[in-house]
Amino acid sequence: MASNTGGSPVLDGPLDTFPKLLLDHARRRGGKPAIRQKDYGIWQVWNWREMAAEIRAVACGLAARGFGRGDRLAIIGENRPELYWAMCAAQSLGGVPVPMYQDSVAEEMAFIINNAETRFAIADDQEQVDKLLEVKDQCPGLERIIYRDARGLRHYQFDFLESYAAIQQAGRAHEAGHPDFFETEVARGQGSDVGVMLYTSGTTGNPKGVMLTHDNFVITARNGASREHLREDEEVLAYLPMAWVGDHLFSYAQSYVTGFCVSCPESADTVLTDLREISPSYFFAPPRIYENLLTQVMIRMEDASPLKRRIFHYFMDHARRVGTDILDGKPVSREDRWKYRLGQFLVYGPLKNVLGFNRIQLAYTAGEAIGPDIFSFFRSLGINIKQLYGSTEAAVFICIQPDGEVKPDTVGTPALDVELKITDSGEVLFRSPGVFHSYYKNPEATAETRDEEGWVHTGDAGYFDEDGHLKIIDRAKDVGKLVDGTLFAPKYLENKLKFFPYIKEAVAFGHQREHTAAFINIDLEAVGNWAEKRNLAYSGYTDLATRDVVCDLIQECVEKVNADLAADPKLSGSQIKRFLILHKELDADDGELTRTRKVRRRTVNERYGELIDALYSDKSSHSFEGEIRYEDGRRGTIRATLKIRDAERYGITEMRKAS
Amino acid sequence: MNPERQLGAPMLEVDNISLGFGGVKALSNVGFTVHEYEILAIIGPNGAGKSSMLNCINGFYHPQQGSITFKGVTRSQMKPHQAAKQGIARTFQNIALFKGMSVLDNIMTGRNLMMKSTFIEQALYFGRARSEELRHRQKVEEIIDFLEIQRIRKTPVGRLPYGLQKRVELGRALAAEPDLLLLDEPMAGMNVEEKEDMCRFIMDVNDEFGTTMVLIEHDMGVVMDISDRVVVLDYGRLLADGTPDQVRANQAVIDAYLGVSH
Repeated sequence: MASNTGGSPVLDGPLDTFPKLLLDHARRRGGKPAIRQKDYGIWQVWNWREMAAEIRAVACGLAARGFGRGDRLAIIGENRPELYWAMCAAQSLGGVPVPMYQDSVAEEMAFIINNAETRFAIADDQEQVDKLLEVKDQCPGLERIIYRDARGLRHYQFDFLESYAAIQQAGRAHEAGHPDFFETEVARGQGSDVGVMLYTSGTTGNPKGVMLTHDNFVITARNGASREHLREDEEVLAYLPMAWVGDHLFSYAQSYVTGFCVSCPESADTVLTDLREISPSYFFAPPRIYENLLTQVMIRMEDASPLKRRIFHYFMDHARRVGTDILDGKPVSREDRWKYRLGQFLVYGPLKNVLGFNRIQLAYTAGEAIGPDIFSFFRSLGINIKQLYGSTEAAVFICIQPDGEVKPDTVGTPALDVELKITDSGEVLFRSPGVFHSYYKNPEATAETRDEEGWVHTGDAGYFDEDGHLKIIDRAKDVGKLVDGTLFAPKYLENKLKFFPYIKEAVAFGHQREHTAAFINIDLEAVGNWAEKRNLAYSGYTDLATRDVVCDLIQECVEKVNADLAADPKLSGSQIKRFLILHKELDADDGELTRTRKVRRRTVNERYGELIDALYSDKSSHSFEGEIRYEDGRRGTIRATLKIRDAERYGITEMRKAS
Repeated sequence: MNPERQLGAPMLEVDNISLGFGGVKALSNVGFTVHEYEILAIIGPNGAGKSSMLNCINGFYHPQQGSITFKGVTRSQMKPHQAAKQGIARTFQNIALFKGMSVLDNIMTGRNLMMKSTFIEQALYFGRARSEELRHRQKVEEIIDFLEIQRIRKTPVGRLPYGLQKRVELGRALAAEPDLLLLDEPMAGMNVEEKEDMCRFIMDVNDEFGTTMVLIEHDMGVVMDISDRVVVLDYGRLLADGTPDQVRANQAVIDAYLGVSH
């Protein structure tokens, strides 16, 4: 294996593509771990040399099957080494990998396969293969399906279906006849080639294929690594969807650029256990994950013995007071430091260990606003968690919070080589080396998003605060006005609501209306636990959501948000007047959320128009019958009588008078 | 069922068996054959003698009349552990796992018959014990992977929901690498989703390992979907024996299930 990668003369040029970086790692530091996967209960490791050999076999195998320059390879599945290898293998041949969300339904997959004109697809297992077979007829261009896990596929007799192992075997045979094939192909690649196509989940309309070049990712990954001083011995857990730009940067691009090892979890269910075992030093998670972790800790502490609970709360209060200052290197009295050290020994250390956070040097969160409580909880434990602002069109990084200047409500200062400006309408524009190549087959959309000078319109509304940190308030197009002209930023309100553990999702209405109103989704786990504590029997989500006591609980949360808003002169007028708790959880399978769990406003508006009307009437309850889709694809209806509540608003009358 | 399924030679022949407890006739003159790779379902109303039939096959009960031939060996008196050695494993109607032990350890007990090291070696973890443990652990991990229970491998069985316990029990039976697997109501008390999962696992086991299976089940939908052949018992008598379609059309079976007066 070593001889395959050693002493090749073709690597003289710059290391501007991922396959070149791969060969470079294999040659310089081939013995270092490159990727890990837990299988059969044991972490299996491949070093860079072994990984290069695997990728070489896949690449040659794909070539033997007719995959060539410019072809696209669809990749569908959980985070598996084999799928990451397929990505690099396609790139080695000058092809473009197109990762897809593993929970996409068949029609979504068909759209991407047709839109991207992929001839080849690699699927993780039977589940994904079945979906591909379902849409095979709608995708005339799809020639070959390759599967990784043969389980359950034994009786599938199709000549276009082949196992990953068979492809690798074909590759080794192909290579015997063409010994320099792989190196030559890799050397033909250039930084300006399109390296990957990532489909944006699309809050409106069909997803768009964002084409990003090797340069986009290599330069962005390098810039990120140098700003944050990433080292080659970082530990990273690859557990977020491969189709998402963040995973592509953190688990793929930065690993190839800095040479750190990426670990793939055993299965989607074991991520938390695997996280603890790997205990990453560099970690990325959307706010939702931190939120879940905090909720779990709090639920478990409620069940702990009184002594433990008291110790926990005593030291957590202390951490909340001084932990963040200690992390930011601000002056803290000596007693407080000692007390923090004691807390470290008794509470923070063990807690971080349980969460798998005891080695974290750097953690990012992005995608949505993170609750200030959650954010400061983790920071006070000494975990350097920072917010970043990015997008698929930027190969992630636009803004990062600098060490020591972390604020809960901003996204920090521009990343290396990134220029920012804000239009008169409040929209954020950026220009950087990570700016995407174009949208695939969609020059109109490309021109709409990126102007002639290279500025990309993010569609987000924001402004710089007094320290030059960017603050994002909402999507520019979603920011509206009440009829009296008060600024209405729905996302801002929804996020404030969602910061309460009892509220999982919220949708605010108010544009061109008299006042603001909201739909609420309760968090079944948190409210369920709350109900159990009160000996309240319930049969499921719908039952719980229609209880009066639960409405009272949520009403308290809404009123707290109103009290908070009252303090902000700009937004005080958009306090929530009426709300209701939805009879079902908003769900991506019903098209109400995107795959990254953002609310699709238009769908919600259409589907629940009747309920919105009820919110703006003076009814105190409304009977509603709605369609739901079960996880196995069947449809059903659900009927419920939903209560509509009025929430207390603060300082409204005075303000009206003043204006 | 897959139309091109190939069944092998007869593996188990039950010939004219009668079993009585005092005056109660649990089974009278029942006979059928199980072929290699086959999934055979035994159905019948309560008290029809289904569990007694399984107990006879794995040597727990000894029929007064008739013989059982397994892999060409005919026997009349046999102990359960001998049946296990011959390659018969089973699960129970009421879960019979070690509640305080982890999933991993429970499945490991299924390997017990294959362990050659002595008690002392195992206690002190030397000699054959170490290499054996590694080998068996490998097999157990393959089963855990197969049944998709990685996330609970270290969880004590008593803390698991019922459906998962059933799956663990299947795992333990599989750990013995049986030729014939007897499943006593593998889907009793499960919700629809758990049943679907279990069906898939049963079919996958049959598919992957070529394990022959005899199962007792009440859910007719399940029986008709997954079995190659169905044997119907009623009051200890054999009522019908045939493919799901034949059995479904059998008048005697319809009468027995709908309770038509004779």
